[in-house]
Amino acid sequence: MSQLTVSEPIEAETRLRPDLEVIASLVPPRSRVLDLGCGDGELLAYLVRQKEVRGRGIELSEEGVLACVRRGLSVRQGNLQEGLADYPDASFDYVILSQTLPFLDNPSMILQEMLRVGSHAIVSFPNWGYWRCRLHLLLTGCMPQAPDLPQKWYEVPRWQAFTITDFARFCRQIGIRITTQAYLARGRRIHVRKYKNLLATTAVFILERTHD
Amino acid sequence: MNQIDLANSVGIVTPQSFTFAEDEPFQLESGATLSPVTIAYETYGRLNADRSNAILIVHALSGSAHAAGYHSPDDPKPGWWDDCIGPGKAFDTNRFFVICSNVIGSCYGSTGPASINPATGKPYGLNFPVVTIGDMVRAQVRLIDHLGIDQLLCVAGGSMGGMQVLEWAAHHPTRLKAAIALATTAHHSPMQIAFSEVGRQAIYADPNWNNGNYYESGKKPDAGLAVARMVGHITYLSEESMQKKFGRRLQGLERYGYEFQTEFEVESYLKYNGNNFTRRFDANSYLYITKAMDYFDLSKPTGSLAASFANSAHLKYLVISFTSDWLYPSYHSKQLVSALTAVGADVTYVDLQSSWGHDAFLLEVETMTRLIHSFLDRLVREEQVAPPDEGSAVAAAPAAPSGQPAVGVTR
Repeated sequence: MSQLTVSEPIEAETRLRPDLEVIASLVPPRSRVLDLGCGDGELLAYLVRQKEVRGRGIELSEEGVLACVRRGLSVRQGNLQEGLADYPDASFDYVILSQTLPFLDNPSMILQEMLRVGSHAIVSFPNWGYWRCRLHLLLTGCMPQAPDLPQKWYEVPRWQAFTITDFARFCRQIGIRITTQAYLARGRRIHVRKYKNLLATTAVFILERTHD
Repeated sequence: MNQIDLANSVGIVTPQSFTFAEDEPFQLESGATLSPVTIAYETYGRLNADRSNAILIVHALSGSAHAAGYHSPDDPKPGWWDDCIGPGKAFDTNRFFVICSNVIGSCYGSTGPASINPATGKPYGLNFPVVTIGDMVRAQVRLIDHLGIDQLLCVAGGSMGGMQVLEWAAHHPTRLKAAIALATTAHHSPMQIAFSEVGRQAIYADPNWNNGNYYESGKKPDAGLAVARMVGHITYLSEESMQKKFGRRLQGLERYGYEFQTEFEVESYLKYNGNNFTRRFDANSYLYITKAMDYFDLSKPTGSLAASFANSAHLKYLVISFTSDWLYPSYHSKQLVSALTAVGADVTYVDLQSSWGHDAFLLEVETMTRLIHSFLDRLVREEQVAPPDEGSAVAAAPAAPSGQPAVGVTR
């Protein structure tokens, strides 16, 4: 009997985390993608299998890297703050940073680096401007839990609480243009133009460098 | 004697050898030549029909071509990487044709300082030309040619084996598709050269060494070689693994003797290993191989590591370092990964948590098996590597020249 264990392509997740699903919908097939802080490779595996992207990941934890390798992904263990310097300019079409921006020391540097290495950046982040967060702080005097993030403030090294309006203003200041925006509220995509800073729990933006 | 576990092993293997450069001398990096050149090797598993499933395993400083299986039914020990090579193991011999090649300069069946110099009819000794990692690899390229393999699926090795892997990738990029470099470096640092030199000085200082002419005297520079090995051995461990393994325990003593006997367990262990090493290794080979490692600097002559990989960006790399390795510390691997990233290569890198020091590449079997298995899975899928044919024990005859031994026989 044959004992061959020729590998089967690993099935991509049938159901992605909602914000990852939105991100995946924004990535064109066969593009070159770098996923920063790619965790266990859930999104990257989906993009590689379903959209035939050329995917690369960077992940800090050994556990995450091992999980990514198990999924057949190309991933580097490393710190985002140091990691991007090695990548040549414009070597990717899309550089993704999902739900990680609040934890980084220097958001401006990382966004600029993402747009040096890639022609587009996709960033998703929790929106502390969500109405429940506002109400929570007003009524209880305690900082609200970050929307759509499971960790408590003392369980992570640090986080910066900011809102959609804060982020949009920040992008303008550092010469970054938001070209596409998508919003989620508690795990569902919502279609809003007005009041998004009040209604969305998570924002997903495609960013480009302004050319002026 | 151990009972051989055949189900988990490649079984009984026969050492093989390949001799070349009989007519046209083999040109070495130093400018010297060598003729003829013999390379010892072993193979495990079977070659597939299009010869695309071959993996070359390269060994570390004191390794040999005997990487897996047993040489005889009552062999007390399997090959040096038996944990990782075999059916269902990291290098799965059900899927891959695994070749392990000895290096030139070694005393394990390849041409080295203990070989007979055809010009004199006596062992070369110090008349053996100095060899480099590049020379070792070019000799392996000849072996792969001989086996009729155009392109290896992968070259894999740790420590000095990792240097050979990088040399293959940088200088023979069309001959392989992927590279697995474990616990290694792209250049020997001054500290590593310093450790090598202490080992060599110990050998020079042994009166039996006699400028390398000891083969016919019956007196080998064992004391010097044992010290060299003891120094080397310390660099393979870590403070934590030594603490765990020996602590400050005494060997067969209740209290300190206040004399210069072997008292601590760690002393006894080093002495045992040093002495054991003299029974299996040639002092001159130790000199030549450590020198080859010291000369290794992949960034020469371009001056930049990235430039040296300029033609190798299409390869897939798996680089693994170990957190407690202080001989080839993680930052050496990180420099390598940075250079590979800069040229746009597909590189997977992990810095594995381990307390074993440099030896981790031989000991962290479980994690490495999973990693290497997954990495090779991806290669098989992406490169569409067919399995070897069922039932055929021997692969098709190698390419020219004729009259070569059959490839792929594991028993």
